[in-house]
Amino acid sequence: MSLLDVRDLSVVFQRRGERPFTAVDKVSFTVEPGQTVGLVGESGCGKSVTSLAIMGLLPKRGNKVTGEVLFEGTDLLKLRPDDMRDRRGRDIGMIFQDPLSSLNPVIPIGVQVAEVLERHQGRERKQALREARELLDAVGIPDPDRRLKEYPHQISGGMRQRALIAIALACKPRLLIADEPTTALDVTIQAQILTLLKQLVDDTGTALIMITHDLGVVAGLCDTVNVLYGGKVVERARRHELFGQPRHPYTHGLLNSVPRLDSIRGERLHAIRGSVADNIPWTEGCAFAPRCDNVVDACLEGPPPLEPTATGGDLRCNNPVSEEVAVP
Amino acid sequence: MLRVIVRRLLQLVVTLIALSALIFIWLRNLPGGPVDALLGERATPETRALLTKALGYDQPIYVQYGKFMQRILTGDFGNSIRTGDPVIEVIGRAFPATFELALAAMIIAVGLGIPLGYLAARWRGRALDHLTVVGTLLGISIPIFFLGYLLKDVFTQNIHWFPPSGRVGIGLDNTNVTGFFVLDGLLTREFDAAADALWHLILPALTLATIPLAVIVRMTRASVLDVLNEDYVRTAEAKGLRHRTIRGRHILRNALLPVVTTIGLQTGALLSGAVLTEKVYNWGGLGTLITDSITGSRDYPVLQALILLAALVFVVVNLLVDLSYAFIDPRVRVR
Amino acid sequence: MTEPTTQAGTPAPRRKDERPDRGNVTRLGDRKKARLEELAQASAGKGGVSLLRDALRRLRRNPAAIVGATIIALFVLVAIFAPLIAPHDPVQRFDELTSRLSADTIPGPSDGFPLGSDELGRDLLSRLIYGSRQTLFVGVFATLIGLAIGVLLGAIAGAFGGWVDNILMRVTDVMLALPALLLAITLVALASRSSQWTVILAVAIVNVPVFARLLRGSMLAQRESDHVLAARALGVKKRSIVLRHMLPNAMTAVIVQATLTLSVAIIEAASLSFLGLGDPDRDRAEWGAMLGDAGVRYFEVRPELAYYPALAIIVVALGFTLLGEAMREALDPKNRR
Repeated sequence: MSLLDVRDLSVVFQRRGERPFTAVDKVSFTVEPGQTVGLVGESGCGKSVTSLAIMGLLPKRGNKVTGEVLFEGTDLLKLRPDDMRDRRGRDIGMIFQDPLSSLNPVIPIGVQVAEVLERHQGRERKQALREARELLDAVGIPDPDRRLKEYPHQISGGMRQRALIAIALACKPRLLIADEPTTALDVTIQAQILTLLKQLVDDTGTALIMITHDLGVVAGLCDTVNVLYGGKVVERARRHELFGQPRHPYTHGLLNSVPRLDSIRGERLHAIRGSVADNIPWTEGCAFAPRCDNVVDACLEGPPPLEPTATGGDLRCNNPVSEEVAVP
Repeated sequence: MLRVIVRRLLQLVVTLIALSALIFIWLRNLPGGPVDALLGERATPETRALLTKALGYDQPIYVQYGKFMQRILTGDFGNSIRTGDPVIEVIGRAFPATFELALAAMIIAVGLGIPLGYLAARWRGRALDHLTVVGTLLGISIPIFFLGYLLKDVFTQNIHWFPPSGRVGIGLDNTNVTGFFVLDGLLTREFDAAADALWHLILPALTLATIPLAVIVRMTRASVLDVLNEDYVRTAEAKGLRHRTIRGRHILRNALLPVVTTIGLQTGALLSGAVLTEKVYNWGGLGTLITDSITGSRDYPVLQALILLAALVFVVVNLLVDLSYAFIDPRVRVR
Repeated sequence: MTEPTTQAGTPAPRRKDERPDRGNVTRLGDRKKARLEELAQASAGKGGVSLLRDALRRLRRNPAAIVGATIIALFVLVAIFAPLIAPHDPVQRFDELTSRLSADTIPGPSDGFPLGSDELGRDLLSRLIYGSRQTLFVGVFATLIGLAIGVLLGAIAGAFGGWVDNILMRVTDVMLALPALLLAITLVALASRSSQWTVILAVAIVNVPVFARLLRGSMLAQRESDHVLAARALGVKKRSIVLRHMLPNAMTAVIVQATLTLSVAIIEAASLSFLGLGDPDRDRAEWGAMLGDAGVRYFEVRPELAYYPALAIIVVALGFTLLGEAMREALDPKNRR
């Protein structure tokens, strides 16, 4: 049994007086115990909404979530709110994008780590703070005794993200969801945080869902990658296949738009033209068609199906990038 | 931290000195000054000159001000023109009544306002929220003296729930210890007196609480709505914390920061409101004293002391609020 | 990569030749162009004018703003056309009413007098209708005078900064330290006799520090803003930076505050009347005076004398508050979408 099995997850936002908007459209993917899975795509592709839906953190009103999110066989979407509350932070931890705003500004770091332990492991404050100290130490925060008593504004951005990781991993969850954990950080710190995450995941055997727009992050970390576009999975592949042979034109474009040190001088960087704003609705065809170099008639006649590929992945494309053009 | 306190205290002193000078000059130089007030308009020029000299008004203004400050600092605000009693005594007698009333109003405003504002924000867009928003809009749009009359009419004339006016029932023999009648009753174990005083207090306190209540509800609602959108609340939810913890430690603790400032600023509204409320309910406190010292004969020494007192209270309360802010919010502490 | 046209039947070197026909390409192209135009319009909202237009558009969609604006429009219309609407002269005492006045009766509705008499045998309805004029007058002038002085002080403080700013702000500190009504009471009391203008001035002066602080804060924030820095870097003269860039931007906040102040001013004028410091002219019909004076004095005899002007004040104050709040919301960049 997979650790997490997301089946046909859809999230439709419906505000009063506005047209319903499908942010996540029948997304399915699985996460095996200890595995690292990437959810990749531009902003607005539905990757963050997917993670919030898994965590049960979407606003109570104004949206409709359908499908199944099976965590060790239990459908999280059917759990009573209080039961879900028991699991959050204990079975599934989550790290967010902006470490400064994600920490409560008026509460010491120590308490913010300790309160998870108090909640899920029934620790007393003193014991919890002792364990919090160990956790801060484990995530590489120097001088943890002092940091326990400090407030978020008093420590650096990298340390804040480390503190958030300590919070998320405090109860040794079996699944960790990291939503763009390095986007708000300096480049030098980004690498440190990724290394730390990789090391912690390896050490603890926690499965990780890595949500990012940055293929560089995926390259160093993920076993399997799901590429999302317009709320749908457009390509799923193991890491090596994806980087070696991107099949979907969108993935191809994403890879080509990453500057590379080993590229030939003078060669132009290929940006994907247009923006997410050019999307057409999936009901009319392939959402990516307006921006696609490979577009064919079939792309505008209806949504292409997600079909298995020869290499064990899945692909949603009528006219995939052929192998010989993939790597220039 | 200490430096902040010292700087704020210095600012406070400067403000008060400026204020005293301003009041001093106003009261001396505007038509219908104290000499007229004492003698009436038909006094002969001779008596006028005599009195002016006796009161020291013939001296240069800065000399007068110097003497005035000297007396003030020793607690001597002169004598009331109306009654001849020392001003400090007149004010001392009226102070407990107003303090009791203002405190009760503030307890109502804060005790009701924060939960209401929180609930309205949590249930945004639902019936309770709409009701609260409409209610607070009405609260700041209604002249409170009219509301006072309305409440009095409904609760004392139509249904006799509360006494119409005054601070205690007639014929009730209560012992006066502190001047705070509810407290007095409790101290002397005259519980019937305490209950009676409390009974008299409810309607006036409700009337006076209207505006601060509306303002606090609105502020709390807006502030909670802001905080609910904060990432750290989402983090707290992601931790699976209990509702109680999220509400107290993560939402309210942050949302109440701006509300605390608002509460401080409402002391001013309370003092203004007390003048009106006390007149409606015949409540013999500072508000009544202000009205009395203006209408009819103008009792300048009393008025002057009252204005200084009001400003002092307002400034000190807000200083305390600012300092407490520094204790609640660690981000302010460092600066 | 780009082959402009493809002849039918040409051998296909790559699958790229299976491109959609021209028709489809233009269809997509058009769609994209329309989309881009939309985007351009949205991003053009950076200029001052379209920013205001944007705010206006949001205002029109806000029901609170519409209710507020409607109330104010009705109020102003009644004030303008009072002589046409009112059935009687507001100061005339009618014998058929005065004859029925006594210590414990004030006549209620009767033929020709739909709301009955006031305490002096005048037509209550006509006085209420004419009252809108005086109320508007008091509210507008109290607000405008307060605004003018406050804006002047605030602009000076904000533009010069330094010790000028320091002194002016200490002055506003002192004014803010006094409870509003107490300050107004003192000001009215200090005038030898109260009149309509002492009421207006007292209420106006109470609002001076509010406007001064607001304008100064807004201008200080702008001194550091990018567009003022850019203007300065381009060598635009200081005076024209203040007049052309900083003041107009700060004024939106001032206008919002003025709308909110109008309701406060009307209520404060009523409070002064209640304390016996209002306009002593018994002929002049003004809601605040009607409520604060006769309204409460004869509350036991005929509460309608208080109810009607009170209702009028509440509704109008509500109108200004609703519109002001909606304006503030519309201008708040946080709500921009």
